[in-house]
Amino acid sequence: MTAVSFLEGGLEGGLQGGRSLPGDGLEWLKNRRDKGAERFGALGLPTPKLEGWKYTRLRPLDDTRYTPIKDGVGDAAVKDLPTVGDVAGRLVFVNGRLREDLSDVSNLPDGVRFGPLDELLENDPAWAEEHIGSVVQNDDQAMLALNDAMMDSGFVLHVRKGVVLTKPVEIVMVGGLTDDAVAYFPRNLIVIEPNAQATLVKHHVGRGVGAYFANAATEIDVADGAIFKNYKVQAESMQATHVSTVHARVGRDATFESFNLSMGGLLSRTEAVITLNGMGAHCGFNGAYMMRGNEHCDNTSYIDMAVPNTTCKQVYKGVLDDAARAVFQGKIHVARDAQKADGRMLNKTLLLSDDAEIDTKPELEIYADDVQCAHGATSGQLDQTALFYLRSRGIPEALARNMLVQSFLGDALDEITDEHVREVFMDRVVHWLPAHCYLAGEWKESA
Amino acid sequence: MLEIKDLHATVQGKEILKGVNLTVNPGEVHAIMGPNGSGKSTLSYVLAGRDGYEVTGGRIIYMGEDLTELDPEERAAKGIFLAFQYPVEIPGVPNSTFLNEAVNAVRRYRGEDELDKIQFVKMLRAKTKELNMSDEMLKRAVNVGFSGGEKKRNEVLQMAVLEPKLSILDETDSGLDIDALKIVSEGVNALRSPERSSLVITHYQRLLDYIVPDKVHVLAQGRIQKTGGKELALELEKNGYADFTGEEAA
Repeated sequence: MTAVSFLEGGLEGGLQGGRSLPGDGLEWLKNRRDKGAERFGALGLPTPKLEGWKYTRLRPLDDTRYTPIKDGVGDAAVKDLPTVGDVAGRLVFVNGRLREDLSDVSNLPDGVRFGPLDELLENDPAWAEEHIGSVVQNDDQAMLALNDAMMDSGFVLHVRKGVVLTKPVEIVMVGGLTDDAVAYFPRNLIVIEPNAQATLVKHHVGRGVGAYFANAATEIDVADGAIFKNYKVQAESMQATHVSTVHARVGRDATFESFNLSMGGLLSRTEAVITLNGMGAHCGFNGAYMMRGNEHCDNTSYIDMAVPNTTCKQVYKGVLDDAARAVFQGKIHVARDAQKADGRMLNKTLLLSDDAEIDTKPELEIYADDVQCAHGATSGQLDQTALFYLRSRGIPEALARNMLVQSFLGDALDEITDEHVREVFMDRVVHWLPAHCYLAGEWKESA
Repeated sequence: MLEIKDLHATVQGKEILKGVNLTVNPGEVHAIMGPNGSGKSTLSYVLAGRDGYEVTGGRIIYMGEDLTELDPEERAAKGIFLAFQYPVEIPGVPNSTFLNEAVNAVRRYRGEDELDKIQFVKMLRAKTKELNMSDEMLKRAVNVGFSGGEKKRNEVLQMAVLEPKLSILDETDSGLDIDALKIVSEGVNALRSPERSSLVITHYQRLLDYIVPDKVHVLAQGRIQKTGGKELALELEKNGYADFTGEEAA
């Protein structure tokens, strides 16, 4: 086994570190872990030599030694957790451990399973075996292999055939508040059965001091005719390393909508592989990023339009200040017989400082001949004429800047079809802005 | 009201204004006419305080105070308003929000109470009615999808709402048909009072049929070349600016 210098005890140590891992007694799961460890051993941490990692280096892992979570690291007192309000169920994890005292899944409608993965492994291991790893297609992702090897209990959302969840379910993942640097590896599973509908809102928040490394993996199966909306706010701390690997499969006439609002974290990377493999499948894969200081944010996606008559739209917009850096790598792949595919990709970045940097790489790879696809990327500075226009009306410079930043990010957030979530996210955007002179409430009332 | 003395200004290192002298008394409307590239828009930007328009000499005295060091928002709060030749589109910001922010920012600066939602809407409704504007234009994003005439009308609405002491209208007539021109002019005229002054910058005489000036100045080659009454505008319409540019008339 290769040395894993960033983990106390290496991959082995994690498994023996005085904690019980979910599903310890399951042979298939043990095989998956072993294979993951083997694969990670062979692949090692991604380096800039890999095409997909050219612009992002997991630098914090070079000089920090993280301890895999053990009992007690999730016990810190936390309060004022973010929420979108009225939800069907809520799970709170602190440093990768479920906090039952802060969670509430007592009022879930029939046909909805929403709970921690270890509970599923205990209660319904056959179903878990059938689904874990069923969406993942490739085995060349080192960070996914690492998650396989170390797999902690994340969450499971399972909505049965035809069941429509009218309220969102919510996940809060809190990191920090530890003396030692900690690492955790949540494994999440989302299965939306045919014609079912659900909305998930995930909040990632960093609290207090303490470095942490979260390496999550999520599989999402949106079956025929289903609608799944996946909204994420990443507001990790300045000592956080956040890596998330997502694999999604979208069935016939199904819709998968995703919005990733990245607004904090020393280093973050979200890598998604989405396969549209049923006719009429649609994917809206969007996001906004706002980074400052030395933060680095990477959004990488691969959308495979595998069959005819699929559509996808991708809008990512970001604002970078100070010496912050963002990476956008998007690829839309249209398979040879995937005629009538409609794929759109747009990435725009506003640079508020001379030291900020965006590396953007939108790509289309088209093998069919009857498609409509387009991509574009721009970066630029705040429009000085617009800034002067606002100021000439008496609006102070800081407020004018904020209005223009909101104006810029607005059309990315407009892609969020859930009106309430869109408002909550806009509110988060407003409060990220340097001068809080602009009141979110006023914005909403007059909009 | 406004006293400009030997004003020199540069844009990107190039001197555009080369000693402008101009005095506007309270209640007066002055027209500034001149050929393209004469410095008309530069003068309006310098008065409003745009970054990059550097005053290299002379003074701008407004209500007894030297303006040159003030930020654009401070000048706005003190009652200076510039109606843009090309109003800027701001997607995602509703027109009414923009107006509300502007009014309250100015009120805060002046130490007045901010208007609450109800007071503001009431005030705004009255102004839009006077200008023949629809409520729908208030809900839309600032100038986004507005026609040329709507954009200019929106400028006049902002002016009406902010009630400036000195309004500078930069080529407000450009791109307007005759009906829009009338409405915009009526809006400007409605604000005329013994305490308020206006500087109307225009290329053509047409606008001055509707906004009748007390004085007309010819700005060319960075200086005021000639000053006269409203009849000077008619003269210019007939003879062009060739006398002031050293070029042949077209």
